[in-house]
Amino acid sequence: MNLLDVEDLWVRFPTSSGMFEAVRGVSFSLGRERLGIVGESGSGKSMTGRAILRLIRPPGQVDAERIDLEGTNLMQMSEKEMRDVRGSQISMVMQDPKFSLNPVMTVGDQIMEAYQLHNKTNRREAKARAIEMLEAVSIRDAERVLRAYPHEMSGGMGQRIMIAMMMIPNPKILIADEPTSALDVSVQGQVLRIMDKLVQDRGMGLIFISHDLNLVADFCDRVLIMYAGRIVEVCQADRLHEATHPYTRGLLNSLPRLDAPKDRLEALVRDPDWRHQPSVSGLK
Amino acid sequence: MAEKNGKGRAAPALPRWANTTLSTLGSVAVTMLGLLFVTFIIGRVMPIDPVLAVVGERASQETYDAAFEAMGLDKPLLVQFGYYLWDVLHGDFGNSLLTAHPVSEDIKRVFPATFELATLGTIFGIFFGVPLGVMAAVRRGSWIDQVARVVALVGYSMPIFWLGLMGLLVFYGILGWVGGPGRVSIFYEDMVPVVTGMILIDSALDGNWTVFKDAFSHLILPASLLGYYSLAYISRMTRSFMLEQLSAEYIITARVKGMSERAVIWRHCFRNIRVQLITVIALSYANLLEGSVLTEIIFSWPGIGSYITTALLSADMNAVLGGTVVVGLIFILLNIFCDLLYKVLDPRAR
Repeated sequence: MNLLDVEDLWVRFPTSSGMFEAVRGVSFSLGRERLGIVGESGSGKSMTGRAILRLIRPPGQVDAERIDLEGTNLMQMSEKEMRDVRGSQISMVMQDPKFSLNPVMTVGDQIMEAYQLHNKTNRREAKARAIEMLEAVSIRDAERVLRAYPHEMSGGMGQRIMIAMMMIPNPKILIADEPTSALDVSVQGQVLRIMDKLVQDRGMGLIFISHDLNLVADFCDRVLIMYAGRIVEVCQADRLHEATHPYTRGLLNSLPRLDAPKDRLEALVRDPDWRHQPSVSGLK
Repeated sequence: MAEKNGKGRAAPALPRWANTTLSTLGSVAVTMLGLLFVTFIIGRVMPIDPVLAVVGERASQETYDAAFEAMGLDKPLLVQFGYYLWDVLHGDFGNSLLTAHPVSEDIKRVFPATFELATLGTIFGIFFGVPLGVMAAVRRGSWIDQVARVVALVGYSMPIFWLGLMGLLVFYGILGWVGGPGRVSIFYEDMVPVVTGMILIDSALDGNWTVFKDAFSHLILPASLLGYYSLAYISRMTRSFMLEQLSAEYIITARVKGMSERAVIWRHCFRNIRVQLITVIALSYANLLEGSVLTEIIFSWPGIGSYITTALLSADMNAVLGGTVVVGLIFILLNIFCDLLYKVLDPRAR
């Protein structure tokens, strides 16, 4: 059984000039794999991730035929049941640890809290687990880091802490929403490797949201390419260069390549028709 | 190289807390000196003859000259400032013309009255204003947000003397639920020994609960009135601070963890507005501690606001300057207190 099946997902926001449709009927499934979602800003990739966790706040609306987590439809759950899913089943790492960690709480309190929300244990046990988890994301001197505050951490460390915090309740799915975009290139690789190892070791499903085609091609197993709230193409990551949709081709051609240098890169010309093409299904 | 290092470390560095304390004390001293200098200059440039104020208008020239010399007014300005500093440091602000008491004694009498009123008012404002602001932010656009908006708007725009008079009319005059003007009924005046000058505390210390109840019934109306005004301010500010933080990403993180909305709001969001909130509360408290003249006059409350105002209107300079120094001191102390709290509450400020 798939970990996650999403069918006909819509995310809408009412605005003064009518309904804005951020995600328009997206369908895909996720197994124990690394699924990349690529697209430009505003293509609906982040909204898709948040909609799965049902974290779109009113007045935003989420509609879907189904969002099945191992066969259980999340759309039919109460808010309280949904809280049990968040963190313990599906978790999310966001872009910039500078903003996604609470600045006035110690790192330890925030990690232990994530654990204790889903495990009835005492503080000592939670602390031991937190230290284990920090060591799993290659943080040395975990005891000291537990007592530190987020502003005392570097970006790469902050993101590893974030990963530790989101992995500690042992979820089945991790949504990583541009997890390396705010990091220095030098630490991006390290953070990705750590995340990848944890996801593989635990047999989790990973939804990797990014605007970086090369990164996704290297890192993921399967890729969904989103444009204007729809999936325009689905392909295996290692066959991304064989992609056929003109949008994907345009994106690929606008990237410089070391092995095939060009004097002038192509600019992406958007065809208005792309908006109206039906969404490609990413279901398996 | 080693020798150089050794010399550099000859004077041992002070521990961090001592450093902080010293620099805080230093800044207090400088601020205080500036404040005293300003009040001193005001006292000198005011077209009020301090000698006449002491000897009276019908004194002979010899008496006038003697007093002029005795007050040190023939000395250079800087020396005079030195005398002034010396006196102030010994709690001597001179005598008040109006009451014929030393100003320091007057302030000891009137300040606790204001303190009692302002403190209760601020507690009221925090107790109702903060939750109201939080609710308004969390349920933005809902009926509770609208109610909070109207409540605050009325608080901002309604003149306090009108509300005060209406309050007296309704709750004292018609319903008889509260005591009237003044701090206690005349019958109970001077019945409890003065310890702190705050009747509620003094009567409680004395165990005289009859006086306590009576004083409370006199205090409750002006205190809730002032409290209403600080509620209006505090609730609006709380709302906007909360709205700012609620859209922060760490709030989403907390929700992703599977936290209940109540915990997200109080454990994660509210913690981040405490520093800003304290600034707002301290400002509104300091405002009330200055003495709210209108309220004090309507309720015949013998506080520092009406004391300074009366002194000002009758050119009682010693009382005015004494009062100004005290108010300034309150502001300085509140500021230090806030700075300390910031450091406790926000790790980034340490």
